[in-house]
Amino acid sequence: MGQAYTPGLKVSKYTLIQKERILPIKGKTLVKKGDMVTSKDVVATAQLPGSVIMVKVANKLGVLAGEMEQFLQIKEGDQITAGQIIAEKRSFLGLMKDIVKSPIEGIVESISSITGQCVLRLNPTPIDILAYVSGEVKKVYKDEGVLIETKGAFMQGIFGIGGEVMGDLHVMVKEPSRRANVDDLSEEHSGKIIVVGSHVDYHFIKRAVEVGVKGIITAGIDDADVKALLGYEIGVAITGNEDISLSIVVTEGFGKIDMAHKTFELLQSLDGKYASMNGATQIRAGVIRPEVIVTDIDYKDGEIKEAEYFIKIGKSIRIIRNPYFGKIATVIEMPAELHELESGAMVRVVKLELEDGEKVIVPRANVEIIEE
Amino acid sequence: MGQDHSDIERVVATDCGSTTTKAILIEKKDGVFRLIKRGEAPTTVEAPVEDVTKGVLNAITELEELSGLKILHEEEFIKPKKNEKEGTDIFISTSSAGGGLQMMVAGVVKNMTAESAERAALGAGAIVMDVIATNDLRPVHEKIEKIRHLRPDMILLSGGTDGGTIKHVVELAEIIKAANPKPRLGITYQLPIIYAGNIDARKNIEDTLGSDTALQITDNLRPSMEMENLMPARLKIQDLFLEHVMAHAPGYKNLMVWTDVDIMPTPGAVGLIMRTIAKQREINIVGVDIGGATTDVFSVFGDIFNRTVSANLGMSYSISQVFAETGAENVMRWLPYKPNTKDIRNRIKNKMIRPTTIPQTLEELIMEQALAREALRLAFIQHKSLAVGLKGVQQQRTISDAFSQKISGQTIINMFHLNMLVGSGGVLSHAPRRSQAAMLMIDSFQPTGVTDLTVDSIFMMPQLGVLSQVHEKAATDVFEKDCLIYLGSCVAPEGNLKKGIKPVLEINMTMPDGTQIEDAIDYGEIKVYPLGVGESVEAELKPLAGFDLGEGKNKKIEATLHGGIVGIIIDTRGRPFNLSLDDPERINKIVKWYKAIDMYPEIEKIAEMGQR
Repeated sequence: MGQAYTPGLKVSKYTLIQKERILPIKGKTLVKKGDMVTSKDVVATAQLPGSVIMVKVANKLGVLAGEMEQFLQIKEGDQITAGQIIAEKRSFLGLMKDIVKSPIEGIVESISSITGQCVLRLNPTPIDILAYVSGEVKKVYKDEGVLIETKGAFMQGIFGIGGEVMGDLHVMVKEPSRRANVDDLSEEHSGKIIVVGSHVDYHFIKRAVEVGVKGIITAGIDDADVKALLGYEIGVAITGNEDISLSIVVTEGFGKIDMAHKTFELLQSLDGKYASMNGATQIRAGVIRPEVIVTDIDYKDGEIKEAEYFIKIGKSIRIIRNPYFGKIATVIEMPAELHELESGAMVRVVKLELEDGEKVIVPRANVEIIEE
Repeated sequence: MGQDHSDIERVVATDCGSTTTKAILIEKKDGVFRLIKRGEAPTTVEAPVEDVTKGVLNAITELEELSGLKILHEEEFIKPKKNEKEGTDIFISTSSAGGGLQMMVAGVVKNMTAESAERAALGAGAIVMDVIATNDLRPVHEKIEKIRHLRPDMILLSGGTDGGTIKHVVELAEIIKAANPKPRLGITYQLPIIYAGNIDARKNIEDTLGSDTALQITDNLRPSMEMENLMPARLKIQDLFLEHVMAHAPGYKNLMVWTDVDIMPTPGAVGLIMRTIAKQREINIVGVDIGGATTDVFSVFGDIFNRTVSANLGMSYSISQVFAETGAENVMRWLPYKPNTKDIRNRIKNKMIRPTTIPQTLEELIMEQALAREALRLAFIQHKSLAVGLKGVQQQRTISDAFSQKISGQTIINMFHLNMLVGSGGVLSHAPRRSQAAMLMIDSFQPTGVTDLTVDSIFMMPQLGVLSQVHEKAATDVFEKDCLIYLGSCVAPEGNLKKGIKPVLEINMTMPDGTQIEDAIDYGEIKVYPLGVGESVEAELKPLAGFDLGEGKNKKIEATLHGGIVGIIIDTRGRPFNLSLDDPERINKIVKWYKAIDMYPEIEKIAEMGQR
């Protein structure tokens, strides 16, 4: 077999980037096709409907559901204030009265004579969608959002925490195998996205939050520290909404691992540039990997390369599982027949040469391409 | 669709799992259908290849390479079969990729209509994200928030017996309307809602939900207290699954065009096969399909079929959830050494973020199999709690009165009455040694009495399930000859000893070669008697020391024990069986058990290495 499909993470100096900026519900787009936007521009906005309160009016008045309507002082669509009387029943010649007040400010959404309930909805809250990357509005999805196209450096991580942040990139280490020291953190890192090298721990992250760091890019992190940071165990890898004051992008995985040279070199070349970063990860259908994007780059159009998803002889890959986890190697053979692993499993494998010249055999499932 | 496929000779079938797309090639040879080859490739739902058909093409390309056949021409199927080397008669597929079918169900009474609705959804192959019931004790606003945020693929609304009160089910409809739920895939189309409740409330439900949702109405799934009628709702769910969910998942439109019959949700197809086995052999079955994201458990006891899905228990995408749910200690107790918690945590998370990787070293395999036991164990606990008899059937009351009813349904899973345990899914089907699959199933399901253990040879039950709808003989031929692997009978008496070691089981049997076996087995042992596939022996089994094999304490039973790849397995570790991480003898015990069943090569070396 000449080649085999293998997914991989994208680490690219210069590539075409398209970002869909979609509202969670229908709303209004604020830009038009062809507009140039900066990352901080609001491109779409919507009114998120408020929560709903159901008031059992008939029950409270002590009447049947079908009788409720005659006592109502509101109708569907009415704007109401908290404490406003919405239903009133007088009895004993008007001496006794039962009243029902609105617990909220909002509107009357519906009234049901079958269940005897009024559905009240809180006023909507506005949500704005930022452009997130600077570029051109390529498409407008009516009432839903926009597609922004730009060119720049693009790097995917393997796992992340926290949502979208923007700030200047600052590389804190000189080598991908080094790790930044907590004592090196200071107020000068406030508002920045910092590259910390091979590993980051709980204390470092806590200190980074204190000094106002916006984002951390690290090769590795310990799961125990993630748990300590979040206060709970991550079960299924769906992240992005964590409330930890900064975002984290992990490039290699859990544990202490050197950052891949290529990733590190790219980040070094971007030192000082303004970056957009998102820790959101979803390792399920429609996989989302965390990302770092820098659009402030001066390259020519012709340098964009098509991504490759196939491994073949001579290709450089990364091993993504023990016993060679994190090592970079070159494919030297792709035998078609099944091979018995130490575990006893018979699987398809790939023969690799590690950077130190050692030749190893690894399951094809355990390698990934580092996309150009 | 609806074509005659009676004269087919070659079948290509795929199952698009959440992690891997599996393709099989079946051919008719000398009048009998046999499995020829199997290929697989990672499922392609990850950007930028967000198109499930790419994974299908890759898996079939591997099938072509391994078989020497040409099935595709420029990414299109060559159909029908042209000659011995080219083409296929049909292509069929199942799928659980794209997260499968995710539903919310709503019913008036939690333990009655809501539970029936849940069974209907599960039986149709869905993952049930939440069950909303009028009496589930959550405040209304909380239910509304939940519906708003979960974004299901569809909602099944039920409630009320025909002719009964309509108020509560309309109230549920109002809650759904107020939440204004959006479908998971795409924001431009209306969310499908199936109404399967009180027939008298249909008009009101239509008035409430008709304009804002894609409402479909079908027969009441609980027309009376005593009756459950799940099939119409299940069929409606599967229709809508194809129409709405599949059509919006990446690449499925193309896949739907390629297949000769409708794509089935994977669990629906496996359920079909399980029911067929139970019916044909007149036995009670528990089956499990442990996947990357979910674990499905099926049971057939008598005429009652049940399926449950543990949506967040699986061996790749959900592996970290297994760890979170069961706790570190329960995972680590299966390791033949003293584990380093920090290292184990990082390894599990690395599998979570790179879910398609496989264990290369023995140490990693042992760790994954420890997690698999816990996923299986938790999934079976969930199944037992849902596979119950109808609740509240004796009381003749109105729905409103029934709010206060006590739970009367008991689990119908009686381990003494279980004849066969069937294991499927990558971690069981592809375990390097079949003895590993046997031990995983014994430790997690704890079969009690006499139970036959079997596994799906290469994990192809889903494809055979959908094939059985097209060509029953083809499916049965392959199932009998190539799919179901007998591991052997497991004999395990119920009971435990508080202290000390003494015999708890006497065995008396004559092996096929005439050897007479008379053995007394001590408490706390695993013992294997080799007996080949297709062989069987009549055995006298006498539990001692208050232990029970189903006929009562210390009561002798006579049973036919079946052979298999592993042999007859005697498990006297007690039922219920529990192993504690704190047990000072834990490592010695598991090394002894693993050796007895020949589970791993050089297990003592691993134990020593782990200690260091």
